Amino acid sequence: MRIMVNVGMVMNLDKCIGCHTCSVTCKQVWTNRRGTEYVWFNNVETKPGLGYPKRYEDQDRWRGGWELDRRGRLRLRSGGWLYKLLTIFANPDLPTIDDYAEPWTYDYETLFTAPVSADDPVARARSQLTGRPLALRGGANWDDNLAGAPEHAGADPNLRGMEAQVQFEFTQAFMFYLPRICEHCLNPSCVASCPSGAMYKREEDGIVLVDQDKCRGWRFCVSGCPYKKVYFNHQTGKAEKCTFCYPRIEAGLPTICSETCVGRLRHLGLILYDADGVREAASVRDPHRLLDAQLGVFCDPADPTVQAQARRDGIPEDWIEAAQRSPVYALAVRHRVALPLHPEFRTLPMVWYVPPLSPVVNAVARRAADADPDDVFYAVDQMRIPLQYLANLLAAGDVEPVRAALRRLAALRAYMREQQLGGTPDPAIPARAGMDPGALDELYRLLAIAKYEDRYVIPSAHTETADRLAAVHTGCSVGWESQFAATASHFRANHVQFVHVQPRRPDHGASETMAAEPEQPS
Amino acid sequence: MTSATLLAWIVLPYLAIAVFAVGHAWRWRHDQFGWTSLSTQLQERRLLMWGSPLFHYGTLAAIAGHVIGILIPASWTAAIGVSEATYHVFSAVAGTVAIVAIGIGLVILVYRRVAVRRVAVTTSRVDVAVYVLLIVIIGLGAAETIAVNLIGPGYDYRATVAIWFRGLFAADPHPELMATAPWLYQAHAISAWFLIALWPFSRLVHAWSYPVLYLGRPWIVYRGYRSAVRPRPSLTPTAPRR
Repeated sequence: MRIMVNVGMVMNLDKCIGCHTCSVTCKQVWTNRRGTEYVWFNNVETKPGLGYPKRYEDQDRWRGGWELDRRGRLRLRSGGWLYKLLTIFANPDLPTIDDYAEPWTYDYETLFTAPVSADDPVARARSQLTGRPLALRGGANWDDNLAGAPEHAGADPNLRGMEAQVQFEFTQAFMFYLPRICEHCLNPSCVASCPSGAMYKREEDGIVLVDQDKCRGWRFCVSGCPYKKVYFNHQTGKAEKCTFCYPRIEAGLPTICSETCVGRLRHLGLILYDADGVREAASVRDPHRLLDAQLGVFCDPADPTVQAQARRDGIPEDWIEAAQRSPVYALAVRHRVALPLHPEFRTLPMVWYVPPLSPVVNAVARRAADADPDDVFYAVDQMRIPLQYLANLLAAGDVEPVRAALRRLAALRAYMREQQLGGTPDPAIPARAGMDPGALDELYRLLAIAKYEDRYVIPSAHTETADRLAAVHTGCSVGWESQFAATASHFRANHVQFVHVQPRRPDHGASETMAAEPEQPS
Repeated sequence: MTSATLLAWIVLPYLAIAVFAVGHAWRWRHDQFGWTSLSTQLQERRLLMWGSPLFHYGTLAAIAGHVIGILIPASWTAAIGVSEATYHVFSAVAGTVAIVAIGIGLVILVYRRVAVRRVAVTTSRVDVAVYVLLIVIIGLGAAETIAVNLIGPGYDYRATVAIWFRGLFAADPHPELMATAPWLYQAHAISAWFLIALWPFSRLVHAWSYPVLYLGRPWIVYRGYRSAVRPRPSLTPTAPRR
């Protein structure tokens, strides 16, 4: 057994309002440069929908992630070492810009320079690749809020096998939002696909990064990632990806997408896991058992034997302490309300989701049977978002873990509503969902109150290693001079320049940032 | 020996080799970030899927052919029982196969670089120079292989060009041999030296990054900031690409 640490994230989909603030702030921080116009380290997809790039979840087409060979051994779905070296001159599985969307800007200059006329001037769309006028036929968020759903949404790979049940007529449609970042997987297929060895998983916190100096632009990481969260910068010829805002994480701060999340739906925390068990967990034959297998490599940070092993493996004391307070561990393991995105890709992803329950409440209200636990749970199976759809998304098609999570959430609502209204909550409600009132209370504090210090439990990187951090990471010169002379000056101002990140003293980080947060009424 | 002979067959080669060596050392030290194939597959895929493998595999075959024909002395192949006639047939036929692959690949790649706007706008001045030199070198090579050796009477370059080339590296150059070679071979060699001099400053450096070390590497790479990490040689930003 060898214990390592991975920072993880849990997103509570019930709270996502699809405002895209996370995407926008992420873009401003990381990808507002030439070459990354089409790159969204964080994006929010409407589900059901095509996703970005289109139909990225269809691995029969894109061949991302892992699969088992006939003898049950784990291998990259897109082929092994030799196949990659032989197809290196033209990657057979790489999406083109049209699978994403040709990026554009508008010809704003015309608005100022157009001669006086009876008609208002129009800023036409121009391709950011060619500078030419572009007819807009797609974008990173083209099917937002089910736009065009009757034509497009049926192509959502998660609808496979359930087309007959799903309707896109306005009155019968369902939808929810799925914010996505890099999964920072325990078994990242992008890292395994990189022939140059430029991609790596950080030993200390599990963040997956691309060494910009070692990347040679072979692009196998892009095709190897089943979530398509590694992007190719077409100006620098290098791969780039979500960094989990590592300079902020090192300083004990949440990622930008989390910090700016309007719905406060993101939770950040540490997971201790057994690195020696990862391969075996990813190799479980039955896809329905992958969730339990992944939970199996997570270690209980409250267990003294785990703590002792963690110390032997060089994990600092304050990190072990933080792991015990991890909201990610609480939601994913202790309460089992969070589920991984597409566990069947066998990458053991570390960004998990609390499945959305909201439409159930409407269904229940219509029955006017709020207090009846039987009806609460019955509604889980009758909810507007089909269980099978969520299962295809979050549980390799197995409805049981989704149903169990939703039952806990339904129990939480019914129980707390009764308590808030001054009644006596029936202890049978949590019991039927396999929980006790104490667990409900913790879940309530995490999901409903969701205070800043409970959502983000991030220990700072250790200051004694700060000089090394600077040596490794400050030189990331991802900003290039633009070759497009006309637009160069505009973009030059936006080049990302890293400054020396001074990690805060561990005891400072949380309290200072908390102060900015208005208190929740309790 | 005329000064032109000296210039073309001694000064130019050594100059090109020096620029090649020093240029690579400089680029490796100062421009790891710029060291990439700068693929345009994201922008255009359909043509690339045909053009790029044809061009690259053809070029690898042609390079192998040059090693056999130029670097390996005729006496060695004779020693293992390969007669000049046998060698000639092999080189003409195999060379023609390679040049056809390269030629088709190059036509496709040049077409997409010129006609596909998304690709055309990414083309730098160095790229243009590389393309022009490649077209010249490959065109001349095709003429040598097909017109001279496959269809024509043939020319035993192993008695002149090869000896001169090897002599350059043995510090025993024979410019007078090269001076007697047909103009096709002379022009091919001169344009190749220009390409070699340009190499370290172009995207051709990606050739040295063919990831052979991927074979046998563990799937997942871990790197830590707590473990010792070698700082980069230079933290200054690398030169802008034009």
